[in-house]
Amino acid sequence: MARIVLDRVSKAYPNGHIASRDLELEIADGEFLVLVGPSGCGKSTALRLIAGLETPTSGRVLIGERDVTGLPPQDRDVAMVFQSYALYPHMTVRENLAFGLRIRKMTRDEIDRRVEPVAGILGLASVMDRKPAHLSGGQRQRVALGRALVREPQAFLFDEPLSNLDAKLRIETRAELARLHKRLGATMVYVTHDQEEAMTLGDRVAVLKDGLLQQVAPPMELYRRPVNRFVAGFIGSPAMNFFEGALERSGTGWRFCGRDSSVSLALPAELLPAGEARPDGGTTLGIRPPDVRLDPTGRSSGWPARVSVVEPIGSTQIVHCALDGDDPSALIAVVPAELHLEEDSTVGVEFPPEAIHLFRSEDGARLQARPAE
Amino acid sequence: MRRPVAPRQRGIEIEERRLGWLLVAPALVVIAGIALFPLVWTVWESIHLHDLRMPWRGRPFVGLENYVAIAGDRRFWASMGHTVFFTGTSITLELLLGLFLALAMNRSFRGRGLVRAAVLVPWAIPTVVAALLWRFLFDTEAGIANALLVGAGVLEEPIVWFIRAATAWVPVILADVWKTTPFVALLLLAGLQNIDESLYEAASVDGAGPWWQLRYVTLPLLKPAILVVLIFRTLDAFRVFDLIYVLTGGGPGTATEPIALYTFNVLLQNLQFGYGSALSVIVFLVTFGIAVLYIKGLRVDLTGARGR
Amino acid sequence: MSSRTRPLAVGALGLLVAAIAFPFYWAVVASLTPEATLFRAPSLWPREIIFDHYRALFDERAFWLPIRNSLIVAGLTTIFCVAVGSFAAYAIARLRFRGQSAILGFILAVTMFPQISIVSPLYLMLRALGLINTFPGLILPYMTFAMPLTVWLLVGFFRQLPRDLEEAAFMDGASRWQTFVRVMLPLATPGLATTGILTFIYCWNEFLFALSFTLGPERQTVPVAIALFRGQYQVPWGEILAAAVIATAPVAALVLAFQRRIVQGLTAGAVKG
Repeated sequence: MARIVLDRVSKAYPNGHIASRDLELEIADGEFLVLVGPSGCGKSTALRLIAGLETPTSGRVLIGERDVTGLPPQDRDVAMVFQSYALYPHMTVRENLAFGLRIRKMTRDEIDRRVEPVAGILGLASVMDRKPAHLSGGQRQRVALGRALVREPQAFLFDEPLSNLDAKLRIETRAELARLHKRLGATMVYVTHDQEEAMTLGDRVAVLKDGLLQQVAPPMELYRRPVNRFVAGFIGSPAMNFFEGALERSGTGWRFCGRDSSVSLALPAELLPAGEARPDGGTTLGIRPPDVRLDPTGRSSGWPARVSVVEPIGSTQIVHCALDGDDPSALIAVVPAELHLEEDSTVGVEFPPEAIHLFRSEDGARLQARPAE
Repeated sequence: MRRPVAPRQRGIEIEERRLGWLLVAPALVVIAGIALFPLVWTVWESIHLHDLRMPWRGRPFVGLENYVAIAGDRRFWASMGHTVFFTGTSITLELLLGLFLALAMNRSFRGRGLVRAAVLVPWAIPTVVAALLWRFLFDTEAGIANALLVGAGVLEEPIVWFIRAATAWVPVILADVWKTTPFVALLLLAGLQNIDESLYEAASVDGAGPWWQLRYVTLPLLKPAILVVLIFRTLDAFRVFDLIYVLTGGGPGTATEPIALYTFNVLLQNLQFGYGSALSVIVFLVTFGIAVLYIKGLRVDLTGARGR
Repeated sequence: MSSRTRPLAVGALGLLVAAIAFPFYWAVVASLTPEATLFRAPSLWPREIIFDHYRALFDERAFWLPIRNSLIVAGLTTIFCVAVGSFAAYAIARLRFRGQSAILGFILAVTMFPQISIVSPLYLMLRALGLINTFPGLILPYMTFAMPLTVWLLVGFFRQLPRDLEEAAFMDGASRWQTFVRVMLPLATPGLATTGILTFIYCWNEFLFALSFTLGPERQTVPVAIALFRGQYQVPWGEILAAAVIATAPVAALVLAFQRRIVQGLTAGAVKG
C-alpha cells in the first residue's frame, strides 16, 4: 500500500481546455479518498493522472515515494476499475482475472494462488469459464473489481464503478466496497458524481469544480463547515437554502437583511467577531433544510412563510415554502413526519443560529471567523 | 518551485506518437511508392514529348503543348461527352432503382438475408464477366433481348445493337445499372436503417400518409447516405473502363468511347506516352475536382473523424 | 409501410430480384446448350444439356491457368495488404500522433486516383524492374487500390472497439504492442475477415492492370483470359459463358456465405448518418 501525492498538478489540453489546475492532494496510505464534483470538474482527469493514462502539463505525481510523473500506467503498479468495466470480451472470467498476472509472467501456480481466493471472495467461482457477454451487470462489475484485486497493487482507482448499476445493487455494492476497504486497508481513490456515495464511502472527500480543488475533508466536516458556497450547495440533499442579502450593524452585533426576501434576523455575536469590518458586496446566508424550524402554531419568533407543497417521504417530510415572492420553493425544509402542516397555510420560520452559514456573495468564500459550533 | 516535467519522461504520449508513425510507415511507403510516385511521374511525362513508336525523337520538354493539343482534340471532347452522358444516366437510374430497392428491403421479412445476398452478387462479380453477360444478352442472333422483343411483337426483326451508337448505349447503361444498383441499394438501406422508427410512428399518428412520410421524413434523413452514394458512384462512373472495353470496345468506331478508354488507347495502343500522360492528368484533375466539389461543397465527412 | 402497399412492394421486389438473377440464369442455361441451338433458337428453358463447353475450357483452353493466377495474385495481395493495413489502421484509429487525419485523408485521396492515370508509369517502372508478366508485377500495382481499401475499412472497424479496453490492458501492465496483439487484434477478427473478403473480391475482379501488365496465358488472370477468348469462326459464346459461370462461382459463394459481414464492412465506413 502506498501514499499518493499530487504535487501542483495541472493538465491542459491542446484545444485550450484546462481540466486540472494546480491540484495539491495528499492521499494517506490506506485511506479511502473520494473525488466528487459536477460533470467536467476534472475528477476523472485527476484519477487518470494518478493512473498514468494522462500526463500532467506541469507538476508531479508520486506513488509510494516514487516520482511516477513520466511513467506509463504499466509501470505504476496501480489498478483501476472502469465505469464500463472494460472486461476483455474474448476472454473468460478466469482469463480476464489472470491477464495482468500473465503479462507479468507469473507461473500457473502463482496465478491460481491469487485468482482462486479472489474469485471466492467475490462470488465468481461458478462463472469462471463464462465470457463477459454471459454475465449479469453485477457479475461484470465484480469481475472488474477482481481483476484489480488479484494484482495486489499499491493503490486502487475507481472511476464511477457503480453508475451502471440499478439503485438497489448500487447500495449493496457500496457496502461491499466499504467492507473490502476495511478488510484490505488499501489505498483507494474513488471518483463519483453522486454526493451521497461520496459521503458514505470516503474517509475524506475532495470536492472539485472546474479543475480546482475546493475542499478536502472528512464528510461531516464538509457537511458542517463547507469552505465556500459551492461546496455547501453541492454536499447534502436536499441542497442548502441560500438567501442573498447584506449585513447591517445592529447594536454590538450584526443583523442579516435579505434583499429579495423577508428573511431578516439578528446574528449572534459568536458568528462574527464584533470588531470585524462589514464585508463589502453582499452576503449570502445559507441554512440546510433539515435545520430549518417551522412552527405551524404561529407562536414562534420567526417570520412568516406560506407552505406551498408538502412531500411526505416516510419518516420525514420535505416542505416547500414561499416567502414573500412568487417562488413557491424559496425555502425548503425537512421536518419530522409528525409535524402537521397544511398546504397554503402560514407557518413561522426560524433559523437556529448554530445552523447558519455565511458566505461572501462576491466569491462564495466562507465568512465566519470561528466555526459555527 | 514547480519542477518542469523532463522531456524524456513524457511517458505514454511519446510512446504513442512513436509507435503511431512506426505502424503507419509501411503502408505509407507502399502507397507513396506505388501510387504517388507514378502520379508525379505521369505529370512529369505529360510535359514532355514521348512517343515510343518514334524513339529517335527522344524525350524533349514541350511544356504545355500536349494540353493545348488536347483542347483541340475532337476525339477527346467526344469521349468526355460520352463519359458525362454515361455518368449522368447511370447514376440517375441507379439512385432511383436503388432507393426503391432499399425501401422495399427495409422491412424485415423471411429470406431477407438471401435477397440481400442475391442482390449483392452482380456487384461482386468481375465487371468483364458482367459485360460479357450483357453482350451476350444483346447479341444479334443468340441474344435473348432480340428474341424477346421480336417475340413480343415490339420489333419486326432483330436489331444489331452494337452497330449504331444510339442502340449500343442501351446494353452499356443497362449493364452498369444491373451491376451497381445493388451496391447503391445497400448503402441506402444502411442509411434507412439509421432512421428512427419512432419518427414514422409520430408521423402516422399525426395523419401523414406514406408519400408524405417518404418526402418529409425519409428523404431528408437519407441525405447523408445519398451524398456518399453520389460521391462514390460519380467517381467510379467517370473512370469507367472495363465495362465498355469488353462490351463495345468503345465502338462503333469511337462512338461509345469514354475518356479512360481513349487514354488507354493513346497510351498502350498508340504508345504516345507524353500525350497519353497529359490525358491521364486531365482525368485525374477532373476526378479530383469532382471529389473536392462534393466534399467541400456538401460538407461530407468521409474520414468519419466527427462523431466517433 | 402500410399493409395495403405491402403486397405491391413485395411483388415489385420479387420482380427486381428476378431481373437481377435473370442474366445469371440465362448464362448458366446458355453454357449448357450446344452452340448451334444457341444461335438458331434461343429459348428460356434448356431443351438439352451438354457439358462440352466446360470440358473444352479445361481441355482445350487450359482454363485452370488463369484461375491459378487469379488465386495467387488476389490471395497474396489480400494477405499482405490486410497485415500491413491493420497496423496502419490501428495507428490511425487509436493512437494520437500529429498528422493522423492528414494521413487518412491522403490514403482516401489515393483511392480516387484513376487507374488509367498511373498505368503508364507503372508499366515503365515494372518494365525497368523486369516484372512485366510476373506475379509481383501484378501484386505491386494491385496494392495501389488494395492498401487504401484495407486501411479505410479497418479504420472503421478499429474505431468501433472501445477505448477503455486498451486502457484496462495498460493498467494490467500490457505494453502498446502486447495490447494490440492480445486484445485489439482478436477483437478485430471479424473486421479483418470482412476486409480480407472485400479485398479479395476487388483483386479477383480487377481488369485494367491485369490487361496492361501481363502478356500471355501464363500470367493472365481470369477476367483478362475471358475477355480475350477468341473463337475460330465466331465468338465462342458457349465457352465464354461457361468461363463466366466458373469465374462467378467463387465470388458468388463468398458473397452468399458472408453477405452480412460484407454489408457491415461496406457500410461501417461509408454511412455515418
